[in-house]
Amino acid sequence: MSTTMTRPRSVPGTPPPGKKRRVRNASSALWDASPLTYLALIITIVLSVFPIVWSFIVASRDNSAVTDIPPPLTPGPNFFDNASRVLANTDANFVYGLINSAIVSSCVTLSVVFFSTLAGFAFAKLKFRGKNALLLIIILTMMIPTQVNIIPLYLLMVKFDWTNTLQAVIVPFLVKGFGVFMIRQYAESAISDELIEAARVDGASTWRTYWSVVLPALRPAAAVLGLLTFMETWNDFLWPYVVLNGDTPTVQVSLNILATGYYKTDYVQVFTGTALAIVPLLLVFVAFGRQIIGGIMEGSVKA
Amino acid sequence: MATNVGEVSGPRHGRAPAGPPKQPSRRTVRVGRLDLRLSPYLFVAPFFVLFAVFGAYPLIYTAILSTRKNTLTGGDAGFVGLENYKKILWDEHFWIVIYNTFGLFIVATVPQLIFALLIASWLNKKMRARTAIRMGVLIPNITSVAAVGIVFGLIFADRYGLANWLLQSIGLDAVEWRNHRWSSWTAIAFMVDWRWTGYNALIYLAAMQAIPKELYESASLDGASAARRFWRITVPLIQPTILFTVIISTIGGMQLFTEPLLFNYGRIQGGSLNEFQTVAMYIYETTFTNNYNVGRGAAISWLLFVIILIFALINFALVRRSVKGTTS
Repeated sequence: MSTTMTRPRSVPGTPPPGKKRRVRNASSALWDASPLTYLALIITIVLSVFPIVWSFIVASRDNSAVTDIPPPLTPGPNFFDNASRVLANTDANFVYGLINSAIVSSCVTLSVVFFSTLAGFAFAKLKFRGKNALLLIIILTMMIPTQVNIIPLYLLMVKFDWTNTLQAVIVPFLVKGFGVFMIRQYAESAISDELIEAARVDGASTWRTYWSVVLPALRPAAAVLGLLTFMETWNDFLWPYVVLNGDTPTVQVSLNILATGYYKTDYVQVFTGTALAIVPLLLVFVAFGRQIIGGIMEGSVKA
Repeated sequence: MATNVGEVSGPRHGRAPAGPPKQPSRRTVRVGRLDLRLSPYLFVAPFFVLFAVFGAYPLIYTAILSTRKNTLTGGDAGFVGLENYKKILWDEHFWIVIYNTFGLFIVATVPQLIFALLIASWLNKKMRARTAIRMGVLIPNITSVAAVGIVFGLIFADRYGLANWLLQSIGLDAVEWRNHRWSSWTAIAFMVDWRWTGYNALIYLAAMQAIPKELYESASLDGASAARRFWRITVPLIQPTILFTVIISTIGGMQLFTEPLLFNYGRIQGGSLNEFQTVAMYIYETTFTNNYNVGRGAAISWLLFVIILIFALINFALVRRSVKGTTS
């Protein structure tokens, strides 16, 4: 998967066969990572990982650690005590927050992937009047920031009586312009016209073609879109912060309640919550990191 | 064509296909034509219907709200023209948050993109454990903004914070991070950059991999140093990608909200003198606290939208020019 995702855009001219040996030598000197490169990358990674590791360290200690100089850099024994304290905290409603976030992220992800593959396939492979204009509109929708729409969206939720309900954080996000665009770009090259033709000749309807021919072929791109959507939804802060409260929190809302309410008095609890909120994403990242990286790199080259 | 043995009616008519099977096939053709014509619209319709309700309608409604006197507590009190805009533009508070938003954007984005370029050039080598290293660089991007705000809130705590401990251990004075503009901006820039540098590095890496390696090899045969190759080959050739990341960072930077909010433990004012309150925080403060002034909040929202639009258009023009420049 990652090999198909990172193919270079321009094909360099192949060197004449006689020069091959010399070029390879020069190129290995140029392209092999030097010890200095490794060192620089290791420092980068340490700085990247440190705040995450540190939140787990603080989460495993007790509140007296706050006054320690130098700050503690090794884990303590209290992680599970702290975790049970967070989970029992009725203000933050953390367990509920985790469950809600799982529900919300799954619903949004399924819906975005479904509608994006449907529309992306239509834009890439079907002929219809007004296609280009509609595609342009989709690209333009990607430029509207959430912030601008928050107030009317909130009033809309009040009108529907949806504040403090999960549909308030699901339904407005069922489609995503980025997803349609991304799938469309992928489908253009990944699905041949002959494949669609063949399905037609066999008598498959357009829906049938989508379901049994196109969707399987789009699986790699759909998986990446799904992963990115899931993480984005899981991490979303502003909108849940506006429309939800502690009775129906997502995990980020629970975290915010912890952070604003307990920071001064019980900051270990705040950090334990932070660590717990990161765990599901870490699992996703460890399992699918390769695909996520491929997706980010591919998306940028295509865009 | 197989000869019909058991069928009675088939061969007698002399026509090859039998009568009964033909009836449904004609209907399939008609359905097929309808299917061909209608399906594309049905396939793209869900996007447009949902976007109309939750994207386009709110955008227009924001514009309408911005011309009305309206509060969450008092409801709609009629059309006031451009009164809301006038109030905002004549209020110093608005210009403070604009200054903060742009300042924070620049302070955060410039070092972020420079470091991303550097990291990408390191990643663009043959190395062991390639995927693991890339994952290590990207990992900050998968953590939530809220988590970043909380963790860096403690790193930049006034007493007992890691940052102050480091400063003091090299003989400098501790800093009250939330009490000055420069110090709060520094801390917030750290949060933003920690989360986004690796992401941008991967985007640059993808662009760098598309550059023909021969260019570097012949340049190095001509005696060009690594630094020279970087500035003369890499940077010019990935310029469109650099502009792309600038656009993305601009749109993100103009919307900065969570980091400065949680940096100060959830206080929407962003410092006692609004030293690090952004436009997005100001919208929230105006609409959902204080006077619950929906009309004025909507007007600020539209101003923000226009600013982002102008930025995007400028960037778009720049991208077009640079793409033209490289192809001609």
